[in-house]
Amino acid sequence: MISCKNLTKIYQNGDTKTFALNNVSFEISEGEFVSIIGPSGSGKSTLMHILGALDNPTSGEYFLDGREVSKLNDDELSELRKNKIGFVFQSFNLLPRTTVLRNVMLPLLYTKTTNQERLERAKQCLHYAGMEENKFQNLSNQLSGGQMQRVAIARALINNPSIILADEPTGNLDTKTSRTVMEALRELNKKGHTIILITHEMDVANYANRIIFVRDGIIEKDEINNHIPYNMQQETK
Amino acid sequence: MLYVSCFMIQDLFKETLWALTGNKVRSSLTILGIVIGIASVITMVSIGQGAQSSIEKNIQSIGSNLIMISPGAQKSGMIMGGRGGAQTLKISDVEAIRNETEGIIGVAPEISDRNQITAKGNNTNTRVIGTSPDYSTVRNIEIDLGVFITDQHIKKSSKVAVLGPTTRDDLFGEGIDPVGKVIKIKNVDFEVVGMTVSKGGSGFNNADDVIYVPLTAYQHFLSDSDYVSGINIAAESQEIMTSVQEQITEILLRLHKIEDSVDADFSITNQTDIISTASSITGTLTILLSSIAGISLLVGGIGIMNMMLTTVTERTREIGLRKAVGIKKIYINLQFLAEAIMLTFIGGTLGIFLGWIASIIIPKFATSISTEISFGSIILAFSVSAGVGIVFGFYPARRAANLSPIEALRYE
Repeated sequence: MISCKNLTKIYQNGDTKTFALNNVSFEISEGEFVSIIGPSGSGKSTLMHILGALDNPTSGEYFLDGREVSKLNDDELSELRKNKIGFVFQSFNLLPRTTVLRNVMLPLLYTKTTNQERLERAKQCLHYAGMEENKFQNLSNQLSGGQMQRVAIARALINNPSIILADEPTGNLDTKTSRTVMEALRELNKKGHTIILITHEMDVANYANRIIFVRDGIIEKDEINNHIPYNMQQETK
Repeated sequence: MLYVSCFMIQDLFKETLWALTGNKVRSSLTILGIVIGIASVITMVSIGQGAQSSIEKNIQSIGSNLIMISPGAQKSGMIMGGRGGAQTLKISDVEAIRNETEGIIGVAPEISDRNQITAKGNNTNTRVIGTSPDYSTVRNIEIDLGVFITDQHIKKSSKVAVLGPTTRDDLFGEGIDPVGKVIKIKNVDFEVVGMTVSKGGSGFNNADDVIYVPLTAYQHFLSDSDYVSGINIAAESQEIMTSVQEQITEILLRLHKIEDSVDADFSITNQTDIISTASSITGTLTILLSSIAGISLLVGGIGIMNMMLTTVTERTREIGLRKAVGIKKIYINLQFLAEAIMLTFIGGTLGIFLGWIASIIIPKFATSISTEISFGSIILAFSVSAGVGIVFGFYPARRAANLSPIEALRYE
């Protein structure tokens, strides 16, 4: 479903060229749960931006569902992000002082859907992300960190995207809440969603079935994960 | 492609409302700036136009399509006297104008002087005008009580007088019917036969503080000269005033045996000239007032830009998020533009309302000021406010839309 060939991203600063990504190639197929792990400066963020259609590579090809993404213009990228990619961010990025439902419906703005449809889909996604019904009308700033991330996951799901791209989704959460959020992501994966997780923490990366190690702009290792946390392992069997 | 539908407009409207109510204090302060701008434009223009129309009305009240002839300067050798001081206009000139000019409604000569008037122990000093019955037509004088000077009075040189309302107040007191009473002008008894309707006015040439007597009586009893101090002529219409004026000039030059009009011993003023002079003065006043108001409108506009720019900075992450979830650039652009336009729209509506009320209230407190709300100034103020919204909202909106989603999301 995702196919990257020789992705290269060069940042030019005066005379010095920095290779954020250097000839990176890999494939991710539908239904996978992949972690991309690497220290800061490894190029994993750049890779996330390209995979998320937020940025274009300097050279190389990126196919998403058979479509070449790297040559699209701004508006085409927007359209692609809306339909194919759901984002979950480290800092949640919810609209402040806004209800949970409204936050989840945000990606549906300016689309041909009625208010009724939007509400129904938002409620469905919130249930899916494990959010309690009585919190739907709460304002985003009245939620706990874990709840905020669930809202963000529901928002990522609303357009039924091909991939969910989670960028350090547990970065701002304590260990216990992190676990519940990761479990929620695993649940989604079990239901068939493709999930790409970007992180620098091994503990978090271990929730995925496959881990791609990135360092200095190249893929160091790409392997099946054998260290899924015990309780999860049980589930997957 | 931009998909325009009711969904889109509804979403845009909701998002705008959400953004503006999200920061009520700042939104209302920004709106206040525009309200003051628009309200002051409307009020100032209405004061300017009120002044203009009240001056025009005052000028109109002295007569319509009026041409005034006054004697030229007195000349003794090479020394020029003051204009209007010479005795060059005669009754015969009046007759000639009456008989030979085409397109006139009336000709009324006048002799006037200030005199001490007494009546039953009261006295006043006022202008006494000796004139003919045409004067009432020519100078738009209406009679409140009794009659104006008649042909009969002229023929018989009757010692009758018509009072202005202010003169009546001074001599007999307010509300008293002066008809039939007797006043003394230069120790000659005159019987009051009428009183004019007030024209409003004050000062030295108050049209209400005056006494009219028949021209013939004036000449017999109050002065013994054949000269008149002015001739008033009413033309049939504004269009022919120039031609009437030319005819009169020709007649007078011929009668006075003057070859070159530069040497004329009389001068002709027409009312249109006075009106246009006055209008140009009040027009300047209006421009002055509205440019002062315009500055406050501009400041209000900059206030909007300032607020929008602050909002863009403050909501950078939100913009980044919107872009990340796939909302197109054009919608981000439209949303910020819509916010600016809505601010100006609300401010504009309130401003028009406030300006309207101010224009009505101000004359009630400051009675010397009259206002006239013009539809044009409302349209102008509103379109300026809409323009301000678009112009000052455009830059912040463009800046918001052009933010890179990656940069915007990282913004702290």
